[in-house]
Amino acid sequence: MILTNEIIQQKLIEKFGNQVSGFDEPYGLLSFEAPKELNLKVLQFLYDDADLQFQFLTDLTGVHYPHQIERELAVVYHLHNLKQNIRLRFKIYTAIEAPEVFTATQLFSTANWMERETFDFFGIKFIGHPNLKRILNVDEMDYFPLRKEYPLEDQTRIDKDDEMFGRGGTNS
Amino acid sequence: MFEEVGTTTEGDLIINLGPQHPATHGVLHLVITLNGEIIKKVEPHLGYIHRSIEKMTESLSYRQFIYVTSRMDYLSAHINNHACALCVEKALQLEVPQRAQYIRVIMDELTRIASHELWWGAMAMDLGAFTPFFHAFREREKINEIMEETCGARLTMNYMVPGGVMVDLHPDFQKKVKAFIQQYKAKIHEYDELVTGNIIFQNRMKGIGYLSAEDAISYGCTGPVARGSGVASDIRKIAPYDVYDKVEFDEVLQTEGDSFARYMIRIQEMHQSIKIIGQLIDTIPDGNFQAKTKAVIKLPKGEFYQRVETARGELGVYIVSEGAAQPYRIKYRSPGFSNLSALDHMVRGHKIGDLIAAMGTLDLVIPDIDR
Repeated sequence: MILTNEIIQQKLIEKFGNQVSGFDEPYGLLSFEAPKELNLKVLQFLYDDADLQFQFLTDLTGVHYPHQIERELAVVYHLHNLKQNIRLRFKIYTAIEAPEVFTATQLFSTANWMERETFDFFGIKFIGHPNLKRILNVDEMDYFPLRKEYPLEDQTRIDKDDEMFGRGGTNS
Repeated sequence: MFEEVGTTTEGDLIINLGPQHPATHGVLHLVITLNGEIIKKVEPHLGYIHRSIEKMTESLSYRQFIYVTSRMDYLSAHINNHACALCVEKALQLEVPQRAQYIRVIMDELTRIASHELWWGAMAMDLGAFTPFFHAFREREKINEIMEETCGARLTMNYMVPGGVMVDLHPDFQKKVKAFIQQYKAKIHEYDELVTGNIIFQNRMKGIGYLSAEDAISYGCTGPVARGSGVASDIRKIAPYDVYDKVEFDEVLQTEGDSFARYMIRIQEMHQSIKIIGQLIDTIPDGNFQAKTKAVIKLPKGEFYQRVETARGELGVYIVSEGAAQPYRIKYRSPGFSNLSALDHMVRGHKIGDLIAAMGTLDLVIPDIDR
């Protein structure tokens, strides 16, 4: 059977009813979302189902939307079916006050490091992760740098004397 | 951050390898738990050269952000730039001139050869052979010269832009590339004579660092690491971009899953790259080398994902756009990050010298992993 986006969508709706929503096909890539409590169930279904077999986790990352109340943090999964070479994007949203979602490490070994990275930058806690600690930033850091409340320094500011970096100071 | 070097209650020895160690080719820190000489566990510590490229990119325009990516996987600079350019073009639904598509693919393949050459020399050096490094750099230097003439740089080229390439080819480009192909074909047998057929080398590689196909998929391995375990994952084949669907080449696969299989994959990939360049170099069409784009590029609201095959595997660029001139969020799926996560699994039960051999065949570039 040749897997198409329509078949995947149909199968998901058959299994999860109206709990899976937001189906879209930007540039041919099926994308949808589910409540965060269901993330493992959806991933497991996509992994196990004989027709779907999405067994390759290409990417797992987070996005911060500070203006979406109760849905501030998104976790985005990109899954790949290697046999049929079809991909999809699956999203869950969580509130920033309780950023807790279930871990996918039992399904994909690569989720271990990817979830650590997402925790490192967004503070999303993956329940059941065997070793949830920072991976790229220093352990002592007490904030999550990719959240939107931490803007980058304005590159045009002139009040700072950074002679050490060859800008400003007396020599320029 | 550093583990205490010492003995655990079970009598295991914990030692640090790196962050400054010649075999890691960068700043990678491995904490190794040893029982006698046998590795029980390897825990990589990353992030020594983390520059937060993703955060930085959120304040850069769609023209500027490409240049930062040359500093990620600096051995695949062209291919990183290519991925970003393709992602922006996909979002703008921009038609790229044929000439630019040909140039990009030729540049990508030259980059792949240069990257594999460096890997070959460096990996042989890890195993104690110094001469191969000079042989590899003899050919690599020619590629760098070709790059320098056309792009003005030898390592961080910044040549590909949304809509095509930045400047037209140097008039000598085709001549020099053909001369390089001649030289490569005349000299490549030396590689096999020096290293591949060497019995000491083979004994150190065969059966070491085994990774099954299931584990390669589970650990998200791509590129030569996955193909060494028999997982077909070449993006140039499964989702061709630019003119990759017009050229003939084989996706090299090995099923052994050990270090020697990964070694053979890269050696044969260089032959395939030469084959691709040979098919394109004489038929580069005339015309524009860049499509017209607006001075300020704004992407429509939405999410865009583009993947390409770098020398190390699948590089994914995931852009979340809110319709502004800067990306709202950008994520690079770096191939080295996932490939390195399989290291612990690969080397358990081996000796510490085998760790160096297995790590060499992962072809790690640390800035690519740390971003």
